[in-house]
Amino acid sequence: MLEIVGTVLLLILKSFVLLALLLVFIAYALLADRKIWAAVQLRRGPNVVGPWGLFQSFADLLKFVLKEPVIPAGANKALFLLAPLVFATLALAAWAVIPLAEGWAIADLNVGITYIFAISSLGVYGVLMGGWASNSKYAFLGALRSAAQMISYEVSLGFVIICVLLCAGSLNLSRIVMAQDTSLGILGWYWLWLFPMFVVFFVSALAETNRPPFDLPEAESELVAGYMVEYSSTPYLLFMLGEYVAIMTMCALGTVLFLGGWLSPIPFAPFTWVPGLIWFALKASFLFFMIAMVKAMVPRYRYDQLMRLGWKVFLPLSLVSVVVVAFVLKLTGLAPGV
Amino acid sequence: MTEHNIRNFAINFGPQHPAAHGVLRLVLELDGEIVERVDPHIGLLHRGTEKLIEHKTYLQATPYFDRLDYVSPMNQEHAFCLGIEKLLGLTVPRRAQLIRTLFCEIGRILSHLLNVTTQAMDVGALTPPLWGFEEREKLMIFYERASGARLHANYFRPGGVHQDLPSALIDDIEAFIDPFLQVVDDLDDLVMSNRIFKQRNVDIGIVTVDEAMAWGFSGVMVRGSGIPWDLRKSQPYECYEEMEFDIPVGKNGDTYDRQVIRMEEMRESAKIMRQCCVKLREPAGLGPIAATDGKFAPPPRREMKRSMEALIHHFKLYTEGFHVPGGEVYAAVEAPKGEFGVYLVADGTNKPYRCKIRAPGFAHLQAMDWMCRGHMLADVSCVLGTLDIVFGEVDR
Repeated sequence: MLEIVGTVLLLILKSFVLLALLLVFIAYALLADRKIWAAVQLRRGPNVVGPWGLFQSFADLLKFVLKEPVIPAGANKALFLLAPLVFATLALAAWAVIPLAEGWAIADLNVGITYIFAISSLGVYGVLMGGWASNSKYAFLGALRSAAQMISYEVSLGFVIICVLLCAGSLNLSRIVMAQDTSLGILGWYWLWLFPMFVVFFVSALAETNRPPFDLPEAESELVAGYMVEYSSTPYLLFMLGEYVAIMTMCALGTVLFLGGWLSPIPFAPFTWVPGLIWFALKASFLFFMIAMVKAMVPRYRYDQLMRLGWKVFLPLSLVSVVVVAFVLKLTGLAPGV
Repeated sequence: MTEHNIRNFAINFGPQHPAAHGVLRLVLELDGEIVERVDPHIGLLHRGTEKLIEHKTYLQATPYFDRLDYVSPMNQEHAFCLGIEKLLGLTVPRRAQLIRTLFCEIGRILSHLLNVTTQAMDVGALTPPLWGFEEREKLMIFYERASGARLHANYFRPGGVHQDLPSALIDDIEAFIDPFLQVVDDLDDLVMSNRIFKQRNVDIGIVTVDEAMAWGFSGVMVRGSGIPWDLRKSQPYECYEEMEFDIPVGKNGDTYDRQVIRMEEMRESAKIMRQCCVKLREPAGLGPIAATDGKFAPPPRREMKRSMEALIHHFKLYTEGFHVPGGEVYAAVEAPKGEFGVYLVADGTNKPYRCKIRAPGFAHLQAMDWMCRGHMLADVSCVLGTLDIVFGEVDR
C-alpha cells in the first residue's frame, strides 16, 4: 500500500517538475519567437520588461490573468470556457511520454508514439468547441478551417512516422532514439537517411500547429483571429499556451524521431559527457528557431491550396515513401528484428 | 424529409477589420468559403471636403488635399494647384516645376511602397511592411525638410512651391536613390519571387481591357491590363516631357501583374528623381520657386521688411486671398493610385464656387463586387489590397 502511494507521489512530483521546466522553457521560447521575428523585421522586439525583455512573457501572463474574461451574450458559457481548458490540457498531456534524456520520461509507454498521436488529434476538439461555442461567424469559420486542416495533415504525418517506425522497429520513443545511436553520430540519425520525410514532417508540423504559412484558422487578414476571436484574458491565454505547447511538442517529436533525441551529435568524449537533456533542448530549440524563421518570412496559403498540398502532394509522397522504405529494409536485410 | 431553407452565410468585413484598409465595411455573402456577393459600404470617413473647400479661399483650401490620399499628400495638392494656375493663366517657374516633379515622384514611391508591402500583409506576410516603412520614414524626412511637415505638407502653392529646397537636401535625396533601389531589389526577392505570394496573387481579380475602360479605372489598374495609359506621358504636365522614364504595363490584368508594375514604377520614379536632382543644380534650374507676381505668391520675407507694397501684398494674400476670374477647369495628375482630378468652378471671387474631386480609389472600389465574385474569402483582402484604396480619398 505504502509503496503504491509512494509511486503515485513520485509520479506527481515528476509531472510537476516537468511541467514547471516546460512552461519556463516555453516562456522563453515565446520571447525568442518574438525576438527572432523582430530581428527579421528590423525591430528590437520586447525589451522593456527586465533586461533585454527577459521577463516579458511573465508580464504577459500576469496581464492575461488579471484581465476580465468577456463571454459573449450568445455564447454557450460552459462550452466556451471548457474549450481552452481542453486545448491546453491535451497539449500538455502529450509531454508525459517524451523522453528528455535516457530514461527521463514520466511514462515510458510501449506505444508512446501512438499516444502522442491520439492526444494531439484530440486537440482539434478544443478548437472546434471554442469556435462553435463562441456563436460568432468569424470564429465558426476559423474552427471549420482548423478541423479540416488538422485532419488533412495528420494523415501524412502518420505515414511519415510509420517510415521512422519501420526503421526503428519500435513504438517506444526511447527505443526510437536508441535505434539512432550508431558510431556515425549525427550522420546516423534519421534526418539524413529519411531526409524527404524530415521535410514532410517539418511542413506537416507547421500545418498541425497552425503556424504560418498554414495559420488559416487564425488568419489575421481574413478571419481576424479565427476561433479565438471572442476570447479574452485567461481563456485566451490558455489557447495561446496550448498552441505554443503544441509547437514545442512537435519540436520534441522531431528531435526524437529525426535528430537522435538526447544523443550527442559527435559520438565520443568530451561531447558524450554533456548531459542528454542539454542536447535535447538544443535540438528542440533549433527546430523551434526554424519554425520561428518560417513565420517571419512567408505569406499564407489559401484554403484550397492548403488542402491541395496536403492531399495531393504530401499524402502520395509519404505513402510512396512508406512502400520504398519497407522494400529497402526488407531487401537489404536492415530491417530491425528480422 | 423536411424542406430546409438554405441560406448563404453573410458576414460583415469591417469597418474594424484589420485588412479593411481603413474604415471600409464590406458585407460578404459566402457559400462556404466562396464569395457570392460583395457589397461595399462607404462613407464612414466622410468629412465633406468638397463643401468645406467652397468656404475657404483658394490658398486655405490647399491643405484639404493633403488629407485625401494621406499616403502621398503632395500629388493631390498638385492637381488643385494646376487647376488654379490654369484659371489664372499663371506660369510656374522652372525651378518650382522641377521641385514639384521631384516631390510627386517621392509621393509615388511613398504610396507604392505602402501598397505593395501591405498587400503582402493581406496575403499573410508580415515582414515586408516593416521593411517598407523603413524607407518611407526616410522619404517622410525629406518631406519634413522641404515643408516642415512629415505628412500634411501644404507645400505646393498656386504659382509654385512654398519654400526653396536647402541644397543639402538635394544631395541627400540623390544619395538616397541607390540604396533605395537595393531595397527594392530585396523586396522583390522577399515578396515578388515568393512561391506562396505568386500562388496567392496570380489569376486573382482579373480585369480585362474592356472592363478597365467600362468601370473608369486609371493608373495601375489599367496598366495592369495592358493599356499604356499614364497622364505623365499622354498629357504631360510640369516638366515630365523632358524626363526619361518608361511605363511598365502588365499582360494578364491580375493582382500579381499590378503588384509587379508598382515595384517597377518605383524604379522608374527613382530614375525621374535622379534626373530632377541633376537638373535642379544646373544654371537653368536655379531661380525663383514661385510666381514673381505679388498678387498670387507671397513676397520674400526680406522684401517685406523694406517695401510697403510687398507688405500689403502679403497681408492681402493671407487674409482676403486672390480672386480667380470666373470659369471652369478640369486639371488631372497621375497620382500613384490613378488619375486624380479636380474640377473647379470659379465665380470671380476669392473662393471656389464648386470643387469636385475625382478620386481614383472611388472608381476602383466599385469593382469589388465583380472582381471578388467566385473567389474565396481569403482573396477578398488580396483584391482589396491591389485596388490600393485609401479611405481619405474615397470618402472625402
